[in-house]
Formats: sequence, structure tokens, C-alpha cells
Amino acid sequence: MADMTLDARGLQCPMPVVKAKRAIDSLQPGQILEILATDPGSKADFAAWSRSTGNELVSATESGGVFRYEVRKKG
Amino acid sequence: MGDPNKVTIIACSGDLDKAYPILILASTAAASGKEVTIFFSFWGLFILKKNDGKLIGKDWMTKMLSFIHRGGSDRLKLSQYRMGGMGTWMMNQVFRKNKVAKLSELLDMCRELGVRMIPCQMTMDAFGMTMNDLVEGVEQPVGAATAIEYASESGINWFI
Repeated sequence: MADMTLDARGLQCPMPVVKAKRAIDSLQPGQILEILATDPGSKADFAAWSRSTGNELVSATESGGVFRYEVRKKG
Repeated sequence: MGDPNKVTIIACSGDLDKAYPILILASTAAASGKEVTIFFSFWGLFILKKNDGKLIGKDWMTKMLSFIHRGGSDRLKLSQYRMGGMGTWMMNQVFRKNKVAKLSELLDMCRELGVRMIPCQMTMDAFGMTMNDLVEGVEQPVGAATAIEYASESGINWFI
């Protein structure tokens, strides 16, 4: 289960990533942030963002045009 | 080689289609944990101007320039295909429809994420701009030598 969910559906680059940064800052290390997005570019972007920040992209799935990511905060 | 976690952007354009990539790249880099500094020079300074539409300048020539290029992040125009204002208007409509953030929102994001925004002293003096003409959160103006020092320490350097 995610510790927090960020609904970034309908938002365009760069807002999903910028909002994810804000959201993950409020979590404790090891906690999981779930992100929902509709921007197809978010697929590559959340993988890149996770590599840049050192957070772990635990899962990336898509269903009915909605992308769902789970990112575990590093630490 | 510079530090891959430091990003320096030289923002020289006050066009809408340049201001977007400047602020999108800066906010995303900051959200990715990088230290980001933007040096605003020449027309790029007009991205930082307050959206109050006030004229700036110290004499008729600088006032005239500020009349032609009013500035303020929400008043920027396209670099081409302006069609007497229609082009810029349509671009903004398309962006709103696609829920692309406004430039002023991206500026707020940059500020919130700790992006350093530094104006060029020479341009400020030439245009007769003061810190009061610029949005909040902008640092004291500096010269080119400071920009060079930052650039030499950064692994990512962009001129936009």
C-alpha cells in the first residue's frame, strides 16, 4: 500500500515531476509515493527522475490511459 | 569536468517560446535534486519583470523600449508567427486547454524549489531597471565573471 497518492492526471510536463518532488519531500525514507498521471511522457520521466534523485521506481503500470507509478523514498 | 549536479542556464530571450524551456528545465532540474542557477540577461530579464505592466526606464529611450517589450512572465510574446497578437493568443489558448502551467506558475515553482535567479547588472543599468521592477525572490545583480565561475563549476550549461 502506498503511503501517499499524488493525482497528477491531466497535468503536463513539468508539473507531475515537480509535484512528485514536493510530495516525496513530505514522506519518510522507505515510504512509498503513488503517482497517477495521464501524460505519456511521464513514463520515461519518472524512470529518469528516480535515477536522478536516487529514489526507487518500484512499479510502473498503465490501465485505461492512466499511468500509475510507485516510488520508494531513498534512505 | 563540472559537477553533474549543478546546472547553469543563461537566459537571454524574453520570448514566450524560450521562457517555457528555460523555466521547465530549471524547475525539473531542481525537482531532480540539482542545484540550479539562472542568469537572466538582456531580454531574458523581462521574464522576471513584475506582471503589473508598468513601464520601466530612466529616459524616453529606455521607456520606449519597455513599451515595445512590456515584459512580465504572463505578457511574453512568441518569437515568430505573432500575426499581430493572434499567434501568441492562440498559443496561450492551446496551452490552457492542454493544462500547461502558466509562466508565472513555473516561476513560482522555480522559486519554491530553490532555483537561484540572478539578473545581469549591466542590462539592468542599461534599461534603467531596479529590483523593485522585478518579481520577488530574485538575487542581487552580478556581472559576467560570476556567470563564468558558475558555468565552470556546472556539469550542465545551457544558453537559451
